[in-house]
Parts: sequence; C-alpha cells; structure tokens
Amino acid sequence: MSIIEGYRERRRRSCLVTGILACLALGLAAVMMIYGNTIYSPGEILAVLTGRETGGAVFTIKTLRLPRMLAAILCGFAFGAAGNTFQKLLRNPLASPDIIGVTSGASAAAVFGILVLHLPGNLVSMLAVVSGLAVSLLIYFLSQGEGFSNGRLILTGIGMQAFLRAMISWILLKASEYDVSSALRWLSGSLNNVSIDQIPRLAVVVLLSMAAIAALNRSLETMQLGDDYASVLGVKLNLVRLALILFALLLIAFATSVSGPIASVAFLAGPISSRLSGNGNSNVLASGFTGCVLVLASDLIGQYALPVRYPVGVITGILGAPYLIWLLIRLNRES
Amino acid sequence: MKNKKIVIAGIAAVAAVLLCAVISIACGVKSVGVRSMIGAFIENGAPALEVSIVRARIPRTVFGLIAGAALSVSGLLMQSITRNPIADPSILGVNTGASLFVVCGIAFGHISNGNQYIMLAFVGAFLTAVLVYGLASVGKGGATPIRLALSGAAAGTALQSLVNTVMLPDSHVMDQFRFWQTGSIGGASWSDIRIISPYLLIGFVLAVYLIPSLNILALGDETATGLGVNVTRIRVLAALAGVLLCAAVTALAGPIGFVGLMVPHLMRAVLGPDLKKLLPFSAAGGACMLVLSDVAGRILGRPGELESGIITALIGGPVFIMIIRKVKVRSI
Repeated sequence: MSIIEGYRERRRRSCLVTGILACLALGLAAVMMIYGNTIYSPGEILAVLTGRETGGAVFTIKTLRLPRMLAAILCGFAFGAAGNTFQKLLRNPLASPDIIGVTSGASAAAVFGILVLHLPGNLVSMLAVVSGLAVSLLIYFLSQGEGFSNGRLILTGIGMQAFLRAMISWILLKASEYDVSSALRWLSGSLNNVSIDQIPRLAVVVLLSMAAIAALNRSLETMQLGDDYASVLGVKLNLVRLALILFALLLIAFATSVSGPIASVAFLAGPISSRLSGNGNSNVLASGFTGCVLVLASDLIGQYALPVRYPVGVITGILGAPYLIWLLIRLNRES
Repeated sequence: MKNKKIVIAGIAAVAAVLLCAVISIACGVKSVGVRSMIGAFIENGAPALEVSIVRARIPRTVFGLIAGAALSVSGLLMQSITRNPIADPSILGVNTGASLFVVCGIAFGHISNGNQYIMLAFVGAFLTAVLVYGLASVGKGGATPIRLALSGAAAGTALQSLVNTVMLPDSHVMDQFRFWQTGSIGGASWSDIRIISPYLLIGFVLAVYLIPSLNILALGDETATGLGVNVTRIRVLAALAGVLLCAAVTALAGPIGFVGLMVPHLMRAVLGPDLKKLLPFSAAGGACMLVLSDVAGRILGRPGELESGIITALIGGPVFIMIIRKVKVRSI
C-alpha cells in the first residue's frame, strides 16, 4: 500500500513542479515581451498581436520581441528535453549533446553552408540538421568496439568535437570578412536576428519529437534499471535507444539551426529538473520547461542586467561552468 | 646489434628533423629554391625578395621545432605520471587554463612582455592541471582514462566560457588575442625564441633527469616505492616539467593541441615503452609534426595562412578516436 502511496506522492510532486516551471517560463516570456528600451503594457501588446493597433509598437513587438521570445521558449525546450533524454539514455549526467560533440556537427555544417556554399537560411538549417544527425550516427558507430560502451561514446564525441572545431576555424578563416559575422552566431548561441518565419518549422519539430519521446518514456524509465533488467522486462534496447537518440538529435539540430548552440542548457536542464521533481521518473516535460526558463532568464540577464550586452550563450556558459565542476566532484565520489 | 639499430634510428630522426626544417623554409605561399636558401647566409646573388622570405621563415621554423619538441615531451611526461594513454595538454584542458590567465592579464593587468605571459600561462596551466587531476581522482578507482578526459573536457569548456566573457566586451583584447582560440607559430620572432628557451631548457633537463625514476614508476606505485623511488616527489617534479613545457609554448603560440597525444603514442608503438628511447624520439617527432603542420597550414590556407593549431586538431581528432577504439575504457 505504502509503495503505491509513495508512487502517487512522487507523481503529484512531479506534476506540481512541472506546472510551476511552466508558469515561470510563461511569466519570463511575458517579461521579455513587456520589458526593453520601451516598456509596453500588456494591453498594448495584446492589441498589437491581435492586429488592432498599427502604430510604431508593431515593429518592436512583432518583428523584434515576438520571434525572440518564441525562439527562446522553443529552443530552451528543445535543448532541455533533448539533453535530458541523452543523459538518461546514457545514464551519465555528463553525456549532454554539447559535451559529446553533436552540436558542433550542426554548427560546422551551418558555417560551411553560409560561408562556402552561400546558401539561403532555410537550406542552412536543413544542412545543419542532416549533418548533426550524420555526425552523431558516426560517433555512435565509431564507439562500437567490442559492444557498446558509454565511456567510449563520450570520448569519441570529445575527439570529434575537436576535429569539427578545427574545421569551423578553417572555414571561418577562408571566408570573406563580410560573411563572418553571420556565421559567428553559430559558434556561441544567440537569439539576435531570429526571424518569425523560422518559428513554425521549429514548433512543429519540437511538438512531434516531444510526442515521440514521451511515447518512449516508459521504456526509458525501465532502462534506468540497467540494460539487463530492461531487456528482461521486454524493452527492445537497440530500437528504443536508436529512436530516442534520433528524436533528441532532431530537437537539438533544429534548435541549433535557429539559435546556434546555446551552451550548457542541454546539460543543466535535466539535472535541475530531476532535483526539483524528484528522481524515479524521467521528467521529459519538466526538463523542457527548465530549459525554457534557463534560456529566457539568461537572455534577459544578457540583454539588460549587465553593462555590456552579451549573447545568451555566454551567460548560460557561465552558469554551466561551476555546476559542471561540482557535478564532476560528486560523480567521482559516488562511483 | 641493438645499439646499432638505435644509432641508425637516431640518425634517421636527425635527418627527418633537418628535412622538415628545409621544407618549412622552402615551401609556402611562395616557394624558394636552394640557391636563395644559401643566399640567406652567404652573399651569392640570389634574388633579394627570396632571400628575405627565407630570412623571415627561419625564426618560425626554429620556433616550430622547439615548440613541437616541447609539446610532445610534455604529453609524454603527462602520460607517464598519470599512466594514462590519452593524457595531453589539450585533452586535459591545461592549454585553456593557460589561455585564461594570459587573457585576464592582458585585459585587466595590461601586461605586454613575453616573460609575464609565460609566468601567467604557467600559473594558469599548473592550477588547471592540479584541478583536473584532482577532479578526476576524487573517489574510488583513481584517475581512469575516461574520468581524466571528462574532467579535462569539462574544465576546458568551463574555462573557455570564462575566456569568452573576458574577451567579448573588449574588442581591443579580442583583436590582440584572437589567436588564443587556435594556436599559431606564424608570428614567432627571434626575441620570442630567446624568451622561451630558458624555460624549455629547464623543462627538458628536468625531464631527462627524471627518466630512470619514471621508468620505474611505470611498474606501479607499490613496486616503485619498494625499489626506493619517492613516488610523490617524482610525480610532482615531472608534472612541473610537463606543465612548464606546454605552458611556455602556449604563452607565446596559443593553444596547440594533440601533438603531445599523437607523437608519443606513435613512438611507443614503434619503440616500446622505454622512456630512455621514447623521450628523444618523441621530441624529434613532435618537432617534425608541428613544423609540417605549419607548412600544411601555409599551403592549405592560401592566400592567407591556416594556424598550425587547426591542422594538428584536424589530424589529432581522428587519431584520438582511433586510440580510444584500441584502449579499453570502462564507463564511470
């Protein structure tokens, strides 16, 4: 009896935390719409969004703030959920996409597309997605020595990352000065220059991948028990693993194609949300919303709280650094 | 018989280094002939432009040779003390630590002379090395390859974001030290070589002095203690030498990765684990490797130049993956 009660109790806590995180994200999103060089009242913003007002506020709100806010929410959600999936899948909090080199695959392709092939924005995103997928599959297969090993996967990712970073520097160096600034966005994540027509595609991908990851959630939870148990309990390990990696990658690659690699969000969101909502379930939604909150808050801090305007990736990078160190100490002590 | 082989290998190594030096002087955006090369030393009527090209290429070649040797020996030392095949200044994040301290020095302390760079880089590199090794060896099992690599990658990421934060707002600092992102030996001058030499000399001498003890250390801590080696003292001294070598190069050339990983690994595959042979041959191999990377960068990057750090990473990334596939790694 007490087991079931405990289960319900944890369930309730997890739902509550997810709800609170969602509200927090919405609140921050609202602040992002309201606050800026000019402060608009919620009434004015509603009027603009519903098309009733056509004054000077339209440009600020519809062209500048709305896409930025939506991109922050969607990218934050995508990074958070995908990072969490990776960490749970590989059972290692360090195994987030930015540490194992997935994001740098997408970045390298994007930089190549912009600077060498001179592709338009849409195609660049596609290229980033495809190459992010390709690089991660390559990493997956390269790490398949005698049997699958998480450790080897992570190390292979690190090696791949070094290689791709060098490629990016090479391409940047060969490019003309004029194009470089638009390519630099791909190196440290930034929400500047997001346009509204990038949003619908990202939204569709985020919704679909989330649905798929949520559907596989039960198998993922079972896999936390270890491969042997999970396989006895009827989880098709290789299939589930591949499907989850694929969907998590779709999230990462599309989000990266809009905002560039926003450092540390994928890495921070999962552990924070597990801490908040308790262990035992694989909190897909909670980690997604944590990602939203992180990106929104960091962007607001980067824009307004500091003497110099920093892109959002720098702020999240600084947030991530101390946590990373602490995590390493704790992990090694436990193992 | 054995000695004879070593002598032949030694002669081959010296010849390879000389050949690399000649290639480095001859090849580039504009190639020059033998006559102009001699013309740089003796007046023989070679075209003045080519002679001045040769004179400009000599310091960077010399710098490349000693820097490559230093990086390679530094990697070898780190691998010996950690008994870990993938230890390298770039994998361990030590280069980034050195960068952070130098960038801070430029941004806040307005330092500008080479000795100050080297001191700061040394402090930064040493602190990072201690930090990374400490992080990796907390808990049971000690510093396994995977833990060490992860701690290094993590510390590197963390430090890189700090470097970015210091650099981004100040376009002056950013412009002056863009090469901190990728190392290059292109800007080396005779005065750089003069500044760096004493530090490298101390590092090399210390490394040679430690060879016998390090060889015993390879048998395991307990055996080494039983054979009368002060394990802690040897470790600390070798770490100091390794960090000094890579920090001095990083201070003047920026972070150049993977030389210390690839060359000793290759040499170990050919020569076996005896450090007495490994050390000189790794030094020669590292010198060749870095100078050839520099030449490749000059040719691939035409009309500009590609930093040698980029080339070493392009080769080093795949080699690293190859090594991992061979080494047995346990997950944490």
